[in-house]
Amino acid sequence: MLILECPYCGVKAEETELAAGGEAHLKRFGPGSNDDEFHDYLFMRENPKGVHFERWRHANGCGKWFHAARCTMTLEVFGTYSAQTTEPPQEIKDKISAKRPGWTWREFTDGQK
Amino acid sequence: MKRYSAFAVAREALRYHTGWERAWRSPEPKRHYDVVIVGAGGHGLATAYYLGKNYGITNVAIVEKGWLGGGNTGRNTTIIRSNYLQDPSAAIYEKARSLYETMSQDLNYNVMFSPRGVIMLAQTEHEIRGYKRTAHANALQGVQTEWISPERVKEIVPIINLHGPRYPVLGGLWQERGGTARHDAVAWAYARACSDMGMDIIQKCEVTGVRTEGGRVAGVDTTKGAIDCDKIGMIVAGNASVLSEMAGFRLPMESVALQAMVSEPIKPCMDVVVMANTVHGYMSQSDKGEMVIGGGTDGFNNYTQRGSFHHIEETVRALCETFPMVSRLKMLRQWGGIVDVTGDRSPLISKTPVGNCFVNCGWGTGGFKSIPGSGWAMAELMATGHSPLTEEFSMNRFKEGKFIDESVAAGVAH
Repeated sequence: MLILECPYCGVKAEETELAAGGEAHLKRFGPGSNDDEFHDYLFMRENPKGVHFERWRHANGCGKWFHAARCTMTLEVFGTYSAQTTEPPQEIKDKISAKRPGWTWREFTDGQK
Repeated sequence: MKRYSAFAVAREALRYHTGWERAWRSPEPKRHYDVVIVGAGGHGLATAYYLGKNYGITNVAIVEKGWLGGGNTGRNTTIIRSNYLQDPSAAIYEKARSLYETMSQDLNYNVMFSPRGVIMLAQTEHEIRGYKRTAHANALQGVQTEWISPERVKEIVPIINLHGPRYPVLGGLWQERGGTARHDAVAWAYARACSDMGMDIIQKCEVTGVRTEGGRVAGVDTTKGAIDCDKIGMIVAGNASVLSEMAGFRLPMESVALQAMVSEPIKPCMDVVVMANTVHGYMSQSDKGEMVIGGGTDGFNNYTQRGSFHHIEETVRALCETFPMVSRLKMLRQWGGIVDVTGDRSPLISKTPVGNCFVNCGWGTGGFKSIPGSGWAMAELMATGHSPLTEEFSMNRFKEGKFIDESVAAGVAH
């Protein structure tokens, strides 16, 4: 069973307490963007076999949204972090690099490479 | 290929069954094929079969990273139905259902198609309206379905509890011609027929890269060496995004786990398939007597082929409400598969930004029932560049806003 620690209330919450919210750090394209950008923003999704960043909500807890870094192959959780950021914090990236050297996810990559 | 028949069984009985030949060959890959199909599941093998049968294209390799039919083809709950709301869905699922009817004869292989009937229970006012609408839509589409009363449901399924603790049974959408088939046999039957046409089924051969030249496919790199080809069909369900990334394009797709389980075998107690979408569970009884049970998908991306425990509890709870006798059953096995889900819960059968590269994926939780129809349509698309059955399922539908919104029409179990 997947267990994520809510970065706000510190509770180690298991799946039934959480609601999955899909791909993290989406860049929003609205008025002024071209059709392809808008299409990709709405419909295209990262679906990697390996390192993945996603949004979760501590639905049956404090109710707040947060981010998680996770491996979709092993369900290993690298860490959770605040929703008030547009990219994963360095500390989380380092944790991933230690376990999955050479990882890449969308525009983010292993800094050590 | 020696044909299977009553005579063959009698002949082999007289010589200790020493005369049965292997159902398909296991060759090493050649250097070049006209068509490479990635994925030897039901959909991939059906595509290859109809490429050969309908279009005479037999220089085909079907490469598979594991074993034939070992992915979702061997992990589903074997339900076949075509009672969809949207016209394009009804068309392709009905094509599939009608091909299932004669599959055993066509392929000379007993796929144990059992048109026992499928009921989808309506347990809220909303569902009553939804299913009546589907029944009307099906009448126009030429798909035989019927709205039935709770009394009729009880007549067809005596073990059901019409007055459940949470949701009463208020009626149902009944498709008498729906049913089940033996899932492995469907893959094996297509594999045998493909092999007989001279196609190469290459198992334990994982695709590690897709080579392109001037915007068109040139071949695939595999763990058994490079294979050149003119056309590629990517038919790999949950791994579609991984393969599309190798070819250099993205898909509007997320892969999640879906689970199923079977009980210990019991005496015959239910001779139809029942789906309860509000409480979220569906059940049928296999020929061995096991109750085959399925539920909902997990909410997060997952490639592990195992699902969350709490979904088992939710599914079993739903079925205990609807069928009180289930509470006495022990479960024998539980497993998960990785299903690829698009935004509108409908498949992609489409050309791609890479020339001569085709995808057939996104069947989500409803892939098994569509195998023959999907293969038929995909073969037509790959051979001729156009298929009336696949037109609406193109990747471009998201850009054009022409969704085939079955997530609303089919609810959850789809």
